[in-house]
Amino acid sequence: MPDGGLETSSVTRDGFEPRIVAFFCNWCTYTAADLAGTSRMKYAPNARVIRVMCSGRVDPQFVLDAFARGADGVLIGGCHPGDCHYQEGNYKTLRRVHLLRRVLREMGIEEERLRLEWISASEGDRLRTAVNQFTEQLRTLGPLSVEAPAEALTETAPVAAEEVAA
Amino acid sequence: MADPAGKPKVAFYWCASCGGCEEAVVDLAEDILKVVDAVDIAFWPVALDFKRADVEALEDGALAACFINGAIRTSEQEEMAHLLRRKSGVLVAFGSCAHLGGIPGLANLFDREAILDRVYRTAPTVDNDDGTRPQVRAETPEGRLTLPEFSDTVRTLDQTVEVDYYLPGCPPPVGLIVDAVTAILEGRLPPRGSVLAPDVALCSECPRKTTKPERLLLKELRRPHEVLMDPETCLLAQGLLCLGPATRGGCGAPCVSANMPCTGCLGPTSRVRDYGAKALSALASVVDSNDEAEIAAVMAQVADPVGTFYRYSLPASLLRRRARRHAPAGGGVSS
Amino acid sequence: MREPEISPDGAVRVGVYICHCGTNIAGTIDVRAVTEYAATLPHVVVARDYKYMCSDPGQTLIQQDIRDHHLTRIIVASCSPLLHEHTFRAATAGGGLNPYHFQMVNIREHASWVHEDRQAATEKAKDLVRAAVFRVYFHEPLERREVPINPDVLVVGGGIAGIHAALTLAGARKHVYLVEREPSIGGHMAKFDKTFPTLDCAACILTPKMTAVRTNPHITLWTYSEVVGVEGYVGNFKVTVKRKPRYVIEDLCVGCAECIEACVYKAARFPDEFNLGLGKRKPIYLPFPQAVPLVAVIDPETCIEFKSGKCKKTCVEVCGERNAIDFTQEEHTETIEVGTIILATGFQVFDAKRIPYYGYGVYPNVYTALEVERLVNASGPTSGEVVLRDGRTPKSVAIVHCVGSRDENTNRYCSRVCCMYSLKLAHLIKEHTDAEVYNFYIDMRTPGKGFEEFYNRVAEEGTQLIRGKVADVYPEPGDGGRLIVQAEDTLLGKVRKIPVDMVVLAVGLEPQADAQDVRRMFNITCSTEGFFLERHPKLAPVNTFTDGIFLAGACQGPKDIPDTVAQAGSAAAEALALIDAGTVELEPNTAYVVEEACSGCKTCVPLCPYSAISFMEATQKAQINEVLCKGCGVCVAACPSGSIRQHLFQDEEIFEEIKGVLAHA
Repeated sequence: MPDGGLETSSVTRDGFEPRIVAFFCNWCTYTAADLAGTSRMKYAPNARVIRVMCSGRVDPQFVLDAFARGADGVLIGGCHPGDCHYQEGNYKTLRRVHLLRRVLREMGIEEERLRLEWISASEGDRLRTAVNQFTEQLRTLGPLSVEAPAEALTETAPVAAEEVAA
Repeated sequence: MADPAGKPKVAFYWCASCGGCEEAVVDLAEDILKVVDAVDIAFWPVALDFKRADVEALEDGALAACFINGAIRTSEQEEMAHLLRRKSGVLVAFGSCAHLGGIPGLANLFDREAILDRVYRTAPTVDNDDGTRPQVRAETPEGRLTLPEFSDTVRTLDQTVEVDYYLPGCPPPVGLIVDAVTAILEGRLPPRGSVLAPDVALCSECPRKTTKPERLLLKELRRPHEVLMDPETCLLAQGLLCLGPATRGGCGAPCVSANMPCTGCLGPTSRVRDYGAKALSALASVVDSNDEAEIAAVMAQVADPVGTFYRYSLPASLLRRRARRHAPAGGGVSS
Repeated sequence: MREPEISPDGAVRVGVYICHCGTNIAGTIDVRAVTEYAATLPHVVVARDYKYMCSDPGQTLIQQDIRDHHLTRIIVASCSPLLHEHTFRAATAGGGLNPYHFQMVNIREHASWVHEDRQAATEKAKDLVRAAVFRVYFHEPLERREVPINPDVLVVGGGIAGIHAALTLAGARKHVYLVEREPSIGGHMAKFDKTFPTLDCAACILTPKMTAVRTNPHITLWTYSEVVGVEGYVGNFKVTVKRKPRYVIEDLCVGCAECIEACVYKAARFPDEFNLGLGKRKPIYLPFPQAVPLVAVIDPETCIEFKSGKCKKTCVEVCGERNAIDFTQEEHTETIEVGTIILATGFQVFDAKRIPYYGYGVYPNVYTALEVERLVNASGPTSGEVVLRDGRTPKSVAIVHCVGSRDENTNRYCSRVCCMYSLKLAHLIKEHTDAEVYNFYIDMRTPGKGFEEFYNRVAEEGTQLIRGKVADVYPEPGDGGRLIVQAEDTLLGKVRKIPVDMVVLAVGLEPQADAQDVRRMFNITCSTEGFFLERHPKLAPVNTFTDGIFLAGACQGPKDIPDTVAQAGSAAAEALALIDAGTVELEPNTAYVVEEACSGCKTCVPLCPYSAISFMEATQKAQINEVLCKGCGVCVAACPSGSIRQHLFQDEEIFEEIKGVLAHA
């Protein structure tokens, strides 16, 4: 596993710059982000996009891991309801986000920090607005401090012991 | 390592726990005699009168194996964990609390201040007008008194010291304990870091498995007291939130057999990094609705989501504890 | 966790390439700084920047480095993977590595083109590169799945686009199902009189092609039919087609029209769809004289037999032994299997009533251009006479350009064909009536072969070309019956009010009303305007984001007949290329159950929209059918024991990306 201890390179200048991890589905929101690019729309540079085939691939573990590693916000982008490239994947995302937000709230993380957006491939403008609004919203909420150095746990993650169990 | 009689030395210790794990050792019944026969118990505060000094007197690594149960909450527990780590060849996190944080780990929804405030001030039974709080150090005419420090966050054993093996469960099932002890005695140990239980979820050994419909979607979740349970049908199929699909097997499903949904004490499989997130994901995915309001209504039936999904594993979760109040905006985030 | 693939010397060796894309990236991102940073990341052996990574020398650079430095992983930070992932995977494979040991980083569409702050964009690029470096460590060698291609093709829509595509494919002896929802093929082109700029008679060039469709043994023509369901994937689509009853048996009717003569209605009295209501038809009718198939249709809404059951059925009588009329016909569906699909569903014209101040539907002498096409057509309702509704021949005609185009309130886009067809109509109206014709335009757009010449010709013929957007159309005071067209002439700089007998609205082209439903059914996307979205505007103009489904004609955006035909040919060629290859390779991003880990909890089974997951009684575990799996990953995220994995999107790969983008904290 690659080493984590890397040099600091965050954009801070004067004041707080929220860090956003964005999970975008390949068919709608990722394509919308491409469209925003080809249309040369300008928006906040705070989001880092991780491409998945469907928003339904976004495991709640990914969201928690992002928060644990220092994200101030997590943005999940999928196709509009009824328009999922895989028919119903985005509904699974919707269901999970509902329950996950309740967990986040109890864990002291404002539920607005997990944002779900339906952005179709043609909505580059909506993508721009979503990233800009979310960035502003997080600026207002301020930095999130989850103190979990997630490394310690994952590095020593227990592994199987079939020999003993058998 | 071995005493003159050639018997390997072992130790048992408890940290933040309920004592159930100690019971589990006793639950070995006749098997415990075999254990006692095979080993020399060098330290077991619950049962035998050894003191910390006796452990300190041992050479480093003198204990063949040490079984620690309980989470780490106080400075005393932390010290003992370090001490026992140093003295032990094999250190086993014994039970859910040592393994994942356990029930005491749910205290990570609060912080030290909130807990002390509740216990020493706002609880209805408290009579403490002076607002006395436990002190780490107090000078009295008789001399200095000390108490261990109460930490802000509950930690698992492996967040404190390096752990070689994990015996999961609340408490660990007797069968798994016997297997583990036998493996240690016979020197047939799996790779370090292993959880000494099957790496397959509970459903595989559940007596109700065959009654689960192939396509089960849920429109309603119910709690055990709201249901007249059928003793044979899959509990999820009866609308009960059973966490068996997310939880390691190896216990033989005693809870489920007794009409009690699995609450997840053996923790996740090795392929899962956050037990609660996965359990939550599986449950939410099978909610039978695409309507936002309806989804919210079904989800609202999960009383206490953190207590449900992280009952035994909050300190071992990716977030570990409730986020503290963060700095106001503009405070700067990193250097 | 799995061990990654390693190089001969036992290590993961990563090569990172940062593309300048000319100044597209380098103009905003400090590519040097990103390259230098990449070199410091774990396992990175080579880090370079280069002007154009997608160029031949760029790709050769990668391949040379693979050999020289024994690289085992390749990362290119350049444009979107949707554009060039394929290119660089091929380059990686060309260098001797598994193509899936490649990872692409999007620093153009997602960074340099959307940010202005050089420092912020550069830091973002570093974060994204770092995520890829972390990720590739866990990449596994994969093989693409090959599935056979069914050689049959479905063409949806029987306008000129669908007709041309079908004939091209049939010419290559591929079997084509051509499905058209109207009773006849021909589409909009069949309604036109002449085509610009050559003034060919539309029917003269279209009718032979329509007949060719009917006679071609490789084409199954289903008119009055609609696609109602699509399943499957490239090479293996299963399509359900609804066939509406026309109450005349297609195989028995010869189109003699005697039944129409014989109908108990002596006169045609119902609005005729083909002539946009300008003419009349009977309850039993032929769509138009050149219809293909030339088969009568009964309209149950107006037919007495359907309404009362008490008709004398003179039509049945006259049909006699042919017995082609069948009042008992019912709607039914047919299922066909095809490997590729061409969508040629066309457009609808803008509804002129949406601009009330032009008076369409209020003043009888305001027409749409398509209506005038029917009026100037010799086989139209007036036999080619351009006459007003009261029978008068107009002495002056105003043609209003850009109705429903280039307008914030309706459609912002240019419909591309209106300037030219307006000039054509100006010419035809003048030819038919010798009227004074005024064309009101915003800009005259004539970019096409022979277009500018045609414009000059029409101008020389004496058509008045007035540069100005029409603001109002209203009746002339008094009872002259004329309409005043008011516009600011932006060349003269003054408002002009011109009285005319007839106003022609050059309505724009819009997506079909049900384009969104069709899009959902075929699992493709629409552009903001609602036209079907091509995979890439320049490099894949007839492809969609769904493999095996192609676009032809105005369903993709407004275009004229030559462009439509060219695109239809191109779509047919794309389909043929797939068919000829015989098999198609699919992305290996399928999900799979780790059998020894699965507890058989069945959580995943109902989640799969493709029924790819089944519970195996024998093993008491779940299993995923790789052929049916489309790789969405919903089951992977839902599996409570982490026992379902997905190629290309493994948990650890995504966790590494998360760690990577956030590692600068």
